[in-house]
Amino acid sequence: MLEVRELSKAFGGLKAVDKASLDVAEGEIVGLIGPNGAGKTTLFAAIAGFHTPDSGRIAFAGHDITGLAPHQVCAAGMVRTFQITQPFARISVRENIMVGAYFRTADRREAMHLAEAVAARVGMTSQLDRQGSDLTVAGRKRLELARALATRPRLLLLDEVMAGLNPTEIAEIVEVIREIRTAGVTILLIEHVMQAVTSLAERVYVLNQGRMIAEGTPAAIAENPEVVEAYLGHGAAKVLRA
Amino acid sequence: MLDPQIILAGVLNGLLAGGIYVLVAVGLTLIYGVLHIINFAHGSLLMLAMYAVFFLWKLSGVDPYVALPIVTAGAFAIGFVLYRGVIGRWSHGKDENILLITLGVSIIADNGALLFFGGDTETIDVPYAGKIIELGAAFLPLPKVISCAAAIAICLGLGLFMARSDTGKAIRAVAKERQGARLVGIDVEHIFAVSYGIGIACLGAAACLLMPTFYVTPQSGYAFVLVAFTTVVLGGMGSFVGAAVGGFLIGITESIGGLLLGEQLGQIGISLIFILILLLRPTGLFGARA
Amino acid sequence: MRNAALAAALLAALVYPLLVPNYLITVGMLMFFTAFIGQSWNVSGGFAGQTSFGHAVFFGVGAYTSTILHVSYGWNPWLAWPVATAMGGLVGAGIAFLSFRAGLRGSYFALITLAFAEVFRIVANSAGFTRGGLGMLIKADSRFENFQFATPIAPYYLALALCLVSLAIAWWLTRSRFGARLVAIRENEDAARALGIDVFAEKVKVLTLSGAMCAAGGTFYAQKYLYIDPSIAFGIDKSVEMLLVTMVGGAGTIFGPLIGSIALTTINELTRNAASVFPALKNVQPLSLVVYGAMLILIVARLPDGFASLLKRRHA
Repeated sequence: MLEVRELSKAFGGLKAVDKASLDVAEGEIVGLIGPNGAGKTTLFAAIAGFHTPDSGRIAFAGHDITGLAPHQVCAAGMVRTFQITQPFARISVRENIMVGAYFRTADRREAMHLAEAVAARVGMTSQLDRQGSDLTVAGRKRLELARALATRPRLLLLDEVMAGLNPTEIAEIVEVIREIRTAGVTILLIEHVMQAVTSLAERVYVLNQGRMIAEGTPAAIAENPEVVEAYLGHGAAKVLRA
Repeated sequence: MLDPQIILAGVLNGLLAGGIYVLVAVGLTLIYGVLHIINFAHGSLLMLAMYAVFFLWKLSGVDPYVALPIVTAGAFAIGFVLYRGVIGRWSHGKDENILLITLGVSIIADNGALLFFGGDTETIDVPYAGKIIELGAAFLPLPKVISCAAAIAICLGLGLFMARSDTGKAIRAVAKERQGARLVGIDVEHIFAVSYGIGIACLGAAACLLMPTFYVTPQSGYAFVLVAFTTVVLGGMGSFVGAAVGGFLIGITESIGGLLLGEQLGQIGISLIFILILLLRPTGLFGARA
Repeated sequence: MRNAALAAALLAALVYPLLVPNYLITVGMLMFFTAFIGQSWNVSGGFAGQTSFGHAVFFGVGAYTSTILHVSYGWNPWLAWPVATAMGGLVGAGIAFLSFRAGLRGSYFALITLAFAEVFRIVANSAGFTRGGLGMLIKADSRFENFQFATPIAPYYLALALCLVSLAIAWWLTRSRFGARLVAIRENEDAARALGIDVFAEKVKVLTLSGAMCAAGGTFYAQKYLYIDPSIAFGIDKSVEMLLVTMVGGAGTIFGPLIGSIALTTINELTRNAASVFPALKNVQPLSLVVYGAMLILIVARLPDGFASLLKRRHA
């Protein structure tokens, strides 16, 4: 469904993403992991149209979407969330989600119904009338998810929706994401913490210093010495094996 | 086509006016470079300083050039207090907010001036006003030459202060990396207030240099604010070299524009430059790439 | 309850000119007129968050377009009105297209609108077709079909009608997809883009709407006072007035500009009569603006949603 080929993006002299490729098939949950500063968010931003890639190609559902603007990418059926949550602070949660819902309908009543339905799916029904700025971290993460979901995407790009949450909250949101997939939405998610991904993703890509260094099942990835070194530093794999 | 001699005279006159624009713009660019705020009150505070020079002369007979140290020091104090009391306290958050707050300051200043000083145009008659220096075909008014030279000297002095003194080094450190500056023990809020004070002190000096040949009305602030912003945007926000080059370019543009298009239409050059720079090259001539 | 209060206010506004002397009718007209042009600022500056320092450019384009068509080409002003309104929309679209294409945001957008207004002012001050700095006089012929009025009652009702139209537009913004998108852009541009909003297109649209509204106000002003000049039409005073009433009353709210305009006009009239009390002051007119400048600072610093939010907070 999503095909990224040899994508590169540099800022000044720094190559944030260097010839990275990845594939996501319809109905999958795919993880993208890597240490801090690996270029995950840059890659995400490029896929979602926020950065124009320097080179490489992005295809979604058979169409070339390289270089399209974010609203065009959204129209194609792919939408991202933000690692640093970006709520519309001075309006209610309902109105926040309605902004997403308005993408599919111009009718206010319909948008409101859709927003309330989505809120129920992510467990925010009780918070519909709160202001965007009044939410806790967990609430903001859910709101990111809800707003994106309200645009009725075919593929969701989730940027660290679990970062900053406690174990209970993580368990809850993992459940929500599973249900979203069951409802037919394909998911590509970035996580910094490997553990969070293993319980969700069928396949995992590992990005390090802008390059894709490994791909496979979570179990296989955890064994991969190159991945271990990327996370723990040079020589770590040897030490662990010994 | 105009006589090249007249054009040359226009350029020279433009350069003389430009020297003072440099001083005004250096103040604005310093405030932007260090505090990252756009000081919309810049023109209005200049206008108030010009009234201060005018009243010192009118009530106590102080020559504008003699008043320079007093007005500059006073302007520094007012800038420092204004930052501590109003601008600094609320300058956090969205950049439009601080723009609106400095707009509020300028509304108060402009209308306060109208309220207390009336709407008349005020000028100072100095005995040396009519003295002329002949330079080829150009007749340059002596006070303009003195003012331009003084403005350049003050800018160079400020540059030296920024490069050599401890305070200057601290200001540059804060401009570059305020978190880092805080970590090494610099009182960042104090540096902000000092920087704003220096920016306004530049206006105090500029007012003294302007008054021998210029006039002041409560609308003078508005007339200068666009000139100052255009200078700074042309040179690149936050760049000192840019403010210097920009100031002279604007002075020449204004002078030549007046020659070619007439007094009224000639002013259009400044606004057009401002618009074109923002649309085509927002970093200006010397600004760092955003 | 709320509807009953609104109906009562509307009824009061309708019978008001029948009960008070002419002077107070004109004051009422000014309140509604200022609320109308304030609302034009509010549409783009309040709802969409695109702060402008140069809205007078639209006001002036409206005033000059209808006046030139009327005085120089013999058009009936009523007929020139929609053309002037459309011109304001066109200029709004043009300025928005250039500025937002260049990626200007926040303070830079505010400053470039100021520069555009200044360019228009200088052109109007020098060009032949605007009669330069002399300004343009509209020959008095107080008949309704000439868009001129013999009594203050007719312009009062016309200003009231304009104000009601602008309130309806603001109400529509709070209920429509377009309005929701504008608020999203104001609150967080990146998030708005991610959710499929074509931010550039929406900003151009809202400046078009705002420019058209403001230009319609310009024509009304020219026909009411039968005179315009470059400083009245394109000067910063008008831009600041629109911004002030909206910010003070509550940016991004339906009634903000009206509340701000009632307050500003009242302060204005009170200070106008204060000259006898403070003879030392050469001219007390600016006093109201000094007060308003201080209120602007307080509001930006303390009450970002304007005085209207005080009422709302009490209800919540």
